[in-house]
Amino acid sequence: MSNRLTDLFAQSDRFKLSLFFTAGYPRLVDTERILTALEEGGVDFVEIGFPFSDPMADGPVIQNSSQQAIANGMALKVLFGQLKGIRDRIRIPLVLMGYLNPVLQFGMQQFIANCVTCGVDGLILPDLPVEVYVDQYKAQFEAAGLAFIPLITPQTSPERIRFLDTHGSGFIYLVSGPGTTGGDKCLEQEAAYFERVKAMPLRLPKVAGFGVRTKSDIELLRQYVDGAIIGSAFVRHLEAGWSNASVAHFVAALK
Amino acid sequence: MKRFKPDNKGYYGTYGGAFIPEMLLPNIATLQASYLEIINSESFRKEFRQLLKDYVGRPTPLFYSANLSKRYHTQVFLKREDLNHTGAHKINNTIGQILIAKHLNKQRIIAETGAGQHGVATATACALMGMECTVFMGAVDMKRQAHNVERMRMLGARVVPAESGSRTLKDATNEAIREWIRYPEDTHYIIGSVVGPHPYPDMVAIFQSVISDEIKLQVKAKCGKEHPDIVIACVGGGSNAIGAFYHFIDNGHTRLIAVEAAGMGLESGKTAASIAMGRKGVIHGNMTFLMQTEDGQITEPHSVSAGLDYPGIGPAHAYLWDTGKIEVVSITDEAALKAGLMLTRMDGIIPALESAHAIAYLEYLNAAPEDVVVVNLSGRGDKDLPAYQKYFQSCPID
Ligand SMILES: Cc1ncc(COP(=O)(O)O)c(C=O)c1O
Repeated sequence: MSNRLTDLFAQSDRFKLSLFFTAGYPRLVDTERILTALEEGGVDFVEIGFPFSDPMADGPVIQNSSQQAIANGMALKVLFGQLKGIRDRIRIPLVLMGYLNPVLQFGMQQFIANCVTCGVDGLILPDLPVEVYVDQYKAQFEAAGLAFIPLITPQTSPERIRFLDTHGSGFIYLVSGPGTTGGDKCLEQEAAYFERVKAMPLRLPKVAGFGVRTKSDIELLRQYVDGAIIGSAFVRHLEAGWSNASVAHFVAALK
Repeated sequence: MKRFKPDNKGYYGTYGGAFIPEMLLPNIATLQASYLEIINSESFRKEFRQLLKDYVGRPTPLFYSANLSKRYHTQVFLKREDLNHTGAHKINNTIGQILIAKHLNKQRIIAETGAGQHGVATATACALMGMECTVFMGAVDMKRQAHNVERMRMLGARVVPAESGSRTLKDATNEAIREWIRYPEDTHYIIGSVVGPHPYPDMVAIFQSVISDEIKLQVKAKCGKEHPDIVIACVGGGSNAIGAFYHFIDNGHTRLIAVEAAGMGLESGKTAASIAMGRKGVIHGNMTFLMQTEDGQITEPHSVSAGLDYPGIGPAHAYLWDTGKIEVVSITDEAALKAGLMLTRMDGIIPALESAHAIAYLEYLNAAPEDVVVVNLSGRGDKDLPAYQKYFQSCPID
């Protein structure tokens, strides 16, 4: 089944840039405007976070944006309402990222069906272990053509990376440096890790994120991986007040 | 008899499991693979037993309360976990886990705490073993349990306020998990209750099961009965309760009663009664009952007692309740405060506000005169003096 995310990586070797934002933040109605600004600004794909009250893998910036988004009224049913029909206007691949509990309360089957209806291409669910995914949900994800994007860290063993590469789809997400989102570790400290993963012949493209902030981070990552995701730094940009032009600027400054 | 335990993936029925991000997997997988082997090794057993005896002060007494027995027309015994070193059952677990951490060559300990009892017990074990200790505590709890904050600091621990969410136990747990994600290699996370991803619920239950081990022997010695007829314990995450129930689960005889914190009342919106008011979901790495909105956002709990102020409950309790093996009831802030004062005046024991919830349930129990009723007195109430004083001044007891 064709998937925009898979196609994106298959079509060219160009380094891919993705930005993350929290749906419903800064304002409830910003989702489509931010997506439009990002597509026009030239990002290759987008990660949309759906908020959770207790995001255990997130640092303060994304925690705050999640809390604010919930206070603004964001929820999965609201987000799917906003994304319905979005494929008439937005062409770049869309990935949803969030925690398991809101998905379980929404209902996994209904969640998958809504992702398909709205044209979502992939999912990052950090607290859904791959073993549980394989046991319970993989067949449904594959039937729906949805990518399940696994995470790896500097502590992930080579055997485990191969296991995740076998069962995941879309791309493999290199958490850069041990940490929650928004970490301020210098990426160069993790060069050995990037080097090691680069040398592994994997099925999936490799994309790095968590703690990626600047153009120089991107320059470093170009040597090792196929793409990068910037989250907290962009959420901070949105927090400070944004326009289509400011987002275009933000993206251009990274390229 | 077979011991009470989850399956090899950490499930009690459909509850439990390990819903963790990949960042925690190396640590959790190591624990899963090694905890039983370590706990069952001769060297561990010997050291654990010795420390519980000589350092913690076990066995704790089983006290026959003539006064409570008279008042409630039954035989009431108090399991005196308040007499443990540091003043609560929490140290049974921290001694066990610090020995595990040593086996795993970890140098640094992190923990969350609500009432501060687990934080104090962790800081104590770290002082004893020469380990670096950081305790996360909700900013709200740091205020209402200030006495324990000072104890932790005196013991050499760093106490870090959790400023997110409701700034109580749930948020302290989030911060501890985040810290573990940031420093996975040299650090062991000592969770304070039977919550979190597998193997924590089982591991903590094993360490706390010493409580019912002793109750069994003591009931036999004092009353000649093989089992108590009724055991009552309060539940925050559920560690003192599972410890007090452990050897009586499925014995076909003992009524096991877990007391949740109703807060201002079940329907008040200010409660911490996760079984009564919750739905099944995932919190802190396990599938259990939790209080949440229709959209799956975890709601902010309320209890006058910081140790019960948690929106979830251990997966073992969720399973035991779901399968009818335990009863789950709830007690309000007010009833707990009142029971705490009653026990103080009646028996000269100031109970922790958590434990006062279990005492308060005696009022509703309707046990037979010959029944042996054991109430697990999980901790002492020094830390709760400000709350008691406030209540006492507003409505003095008769
Ligand atoms: C004295 C006391 N009892 C009970 C609890 C509740 O925890 P658990 O349900 O794990 O026993 C606490 C927690 O802080 C406590 O300090």
